Amino acid sequence: MAALTINGKSVEVDVDPDMPLLWALRDHLSMTGTKYGCGMALCGACTVHIDGQPSRSCSIPVSAVEGKQITTIETIGDSKVGAAAQEAWITENVAQCGYCQSGQIMSATALLTGNKAPTDADIDAAMSGNICRCATYPRIRAAIKRAAGSLA
Amino acid sequence: MSTKHIENASAREATSRRDFLKVGAVLTLAIYLPGCSPGDDKGAGAAASGATKFEPNAFVRIGADNTVTVISKHIEMGQGTYTGLATLVAEELDAAWSQISVEGAPADAKRYGNLAMGGIQGTGGSTAIANSYEQYRQAGAAAKAMLVAAAANRWKVAAGEIQVAGGVVSHAASKKTAAFGDLVADAAALPVPTDIKLKDPKDFVYIGKAVTARVDARAKSTGTAKYTQDVQLPGMLTAVIMHPPRFGSKVKSVDDTKARAIKGVVNVVTFVTPVSTGVAVLANDFWSAKKGRDALAVEWDETNAFSQGSAEIMADYRKLAKTPGAVARNDGDVDAAFKKAARVIEATYEVPFLAHSSMEPLNCVVQISENACEIWNGEQFQTLDQGAVAKLLGMPPENVKFNMLFAGGSFGRRANPLGDYVLEAAAIAKAAATPMPVKMVWTREEDTKGGFYRPAYVHQFKAGLDKDGTIVAWHQRIVGQSIMGGGPMQGMVQNGIDPTSVEGAANLPYTIPNLRVELHTTTIGVPIQWWRSVGSSHSAYAIECFLDELAKATNKDPFELRRGLLANHPRHKAVLELAAEKAEWSKPLAAGRTRGIAVHESFGTVVAEVAEVTKTAAGYKLDRVVCSVDCGVAVNPNIIAMQMESGIGYGLSAALSGAITLKGGLVEQSNFHQYTVLRMNQAPAIEVHIVPSTEKPTGVGEPGTPVIAPALVNALMASTGKPIRALPLSAQGIKMA
Repeated sequence: MAALTINGKSVEVDVDPDMPLLWALRDHLSMTGTKYGCGMALCGACTVHIDGQPSRSCSIPVSAVEGKQITTIETIGDSKVGAAAQEAWITENVAQCGYCQSGQIMSATALLTGNKAPTDADIDAAMSGNICRCATYPRIRAAIKRAAGSLA
Repeated sequence: MSTKHIENASAREATSRRDFLKVGAVLTLAIYLPGCSPGDDKGAGAAASGATKFEPNAFVRIGADNTVTVISKHIEMGQGTYTGLATLVAEELDAAWSQISVEGAPADAKRYGNLAMGGIQGTGGSTAIANSYEQYRQAGAAAKAMLVAAAANRWKVAAGEIQVAGGVVSHAASKKTAAFGDLVADAAALPVPTDIKLKDPKDFVYIGKAVTARVDARAKSTGTAKYTQDVQLPGMLTAVIMHPPRFGSKVKSVDDTKARAIKGVVNVVTFVTPVSTGVAVLANDFWSAKKGRDALAVEWDETNAFSQGSAEIMADYRKLAKTPGAVARNDGDVDAAFKKAARVIEATYEVPFLAHSSMEPLNCVVQISENACEIWNGEQFQTLDQGAVAKLLGMPPENVKFNMLFAGGSFGRRANPLGDYVLEAAAIAKAAATPMPVKMVWTREEDTKGGFYRPAYVHQFKAGLDKDGTIVAWHQRIVGQSIMGGGPMQGMVQNGIDPTSVEGAANLPYTIPNLRVELHTTTIGVPIQWWRSVGSSHSAYAIECFLDELAKATNKDPFELRRGLLANHPRHKAVLELAAEKAEWSKPLAAGRTRGIAVHESFGTVVAEVAEVTKTAAGYKLDRVVCSVDCGVAVNPNIIAMQMESGIGYGLSAALSGAITLKGGLVEQSNFHQYTVLRMNQAPAIEVHIVPSTEKPTGVGEPGTPVIAPALVNALMASTGKPIRALPLSAQGIKMA
């Protein structure tokens, strides 16, 4: 049994402590917005925020996140920055297959929260851990800049 | 929209093929149309009268709640087809874009067959919009005509006086207006018109305009879009699988003691399909199944295992390339031309196996009940998969029902002609003898090692030049496996030539009087499959780079050389010229900067790309790509630009570092640390320019992909002076920043 704080709510999940947070979210809490892509923290599809930091939930056991604030794609739009990112994503027509975009938006929101006007180099540094096989990178870059503009 | 994929499937299946239906509480107008030929249109009665040739199809439904639902016969895997098909319907229906939603069609080839695939239901070959262009427009136009007729009856005015725009039906003189939903009940009582008139293209409000946002943009930006991986059903089990380490092996024995001891594991089964075999661990969740899978001890029967490595495979191919092959094209007198040539240049190009590596690893949900099977899947090849599963389970195909989900990429992989992964899911559910739904999930490692790769190929070239440097003879010999051979597509192989093995080569657009293309089809035990842009994925690289070698050898400008050779192909020439113009080809670049150009036709669409690189201390940086495309009528310019960008990025991954290699039959890559793909810091700026056209639309999902490797490699050769005759670049000592 793990006691977690997810999107501001306390939840108890009856899983082994070594289960990665990703599978607790998806298979036990029916929060399927966070995606499985690689299982090795190589692709970023599973990105969530843990105490505000973008983190790969496929490689973090639930035992390591008890007592921490976990935020997922399901509520990131409740924050001003998250909502701005999502609107920019829609306006720029970023998503194609869309499977990686939850993770992309979580990484981008973390970037924009700490950096009001990210440069191309900042975007490269913050986003290169998130793979998109549709290669929507130019539009992700544009959407991050658009979101930054809308928040300014 | 996304959840409707599942919820509405049963409702749709329950509907009759006649006009108006009640689905739950929503009164629904469903328009059914014949295939594609207005001249043979018998309206809705065609089905009732027993006609088979023009069995009605169903593409649009209008609810009393004013929603317009477009039913997509094609999968949405990122390529934008849901938006494209909706654009066609909305255009002729004059709907408001905001009232449109899209759902995936069930498996039913009679209604939802691909007109470019002989009527089987499936998506591929960049055909989705091309084969639907008139069909979906007719669906929208018929719906509009019925709404207009209903309004004319109600208002007692002539139909010709009624206007429809932005989802509103109106009569100017009487100042009467109605929403679509208001007219559904009346329209339901009317016959489907037999004389459907499509709009004059000059009146288009959506087609060709960049005004329609993607219909899936919001769901895919908020984590609410549903993929196969997200399907959750009562009692569902998750199956994680183990394939043999070498292709062709079988299970000899399984010790599942440790696996079964893991909490959450409920079963371990060996599965066998006509295509593949392995062991599956079924559990209450993925993590338990994965732990169980890792605890398996399996002995494999390797009697028929494929045990070659890539080095031996390519060495064999090189030897074969020195011997004559089956002739795919033979113009003029090549042998005589080489004898007379002032100069002969030869080169051999090579490409490795490639994995599709979609973001969503392969998966499929199957539930078997008595004499029926229900499947939830991002389903790309309905008719073939339906038939394969029905055969495996011993039931009629119509008893195998599909529920369409979004696919997290595919790039060809989800349309396996043998139905490999769908069959596996069905075989696992059958072997487990469970009435519960089973979600089979391949791990990323299984997805990478699981075969069905883009084949490896060798291209051997010989060109003859006259004393002025004009190309007078061209000889290309291709060696590699046949994608179409040996399966349900075998019929495409004629006289020993699989057209996909020689595409791009046998239809070389350049004017060369003496030209021969030969093919050696190899048979080795590595499972292969089409990969975004199929044969063009390797032929464009080999041909366009060899052409730059010839330009260099004859001191010709690569753009001008191509331009001269394309005199008989004005469409190619115009696309090439547009790319060169937009990239300012004639303007010198700053020191340290070089560029390369390439042009290629695939799936009826012509694409040219100019790549610009800068030499830096950290390696070469790909700064920008200028892309031009002629795909006929640009149905949705946004989607075309997106697909060109995506195709370029996908091709770049392969060009930079994409390679599946084997050693002793074992695949050496397992996950993204070894099968590396393009990331944000490597992605160039991309400009897309569309050639205006009034021709029928052709596809855009694939044609952007094959052109980037040669454009980039030609830019690198312009810098180093040396050809790069094998991919990926990472294996050729080329360092990219």
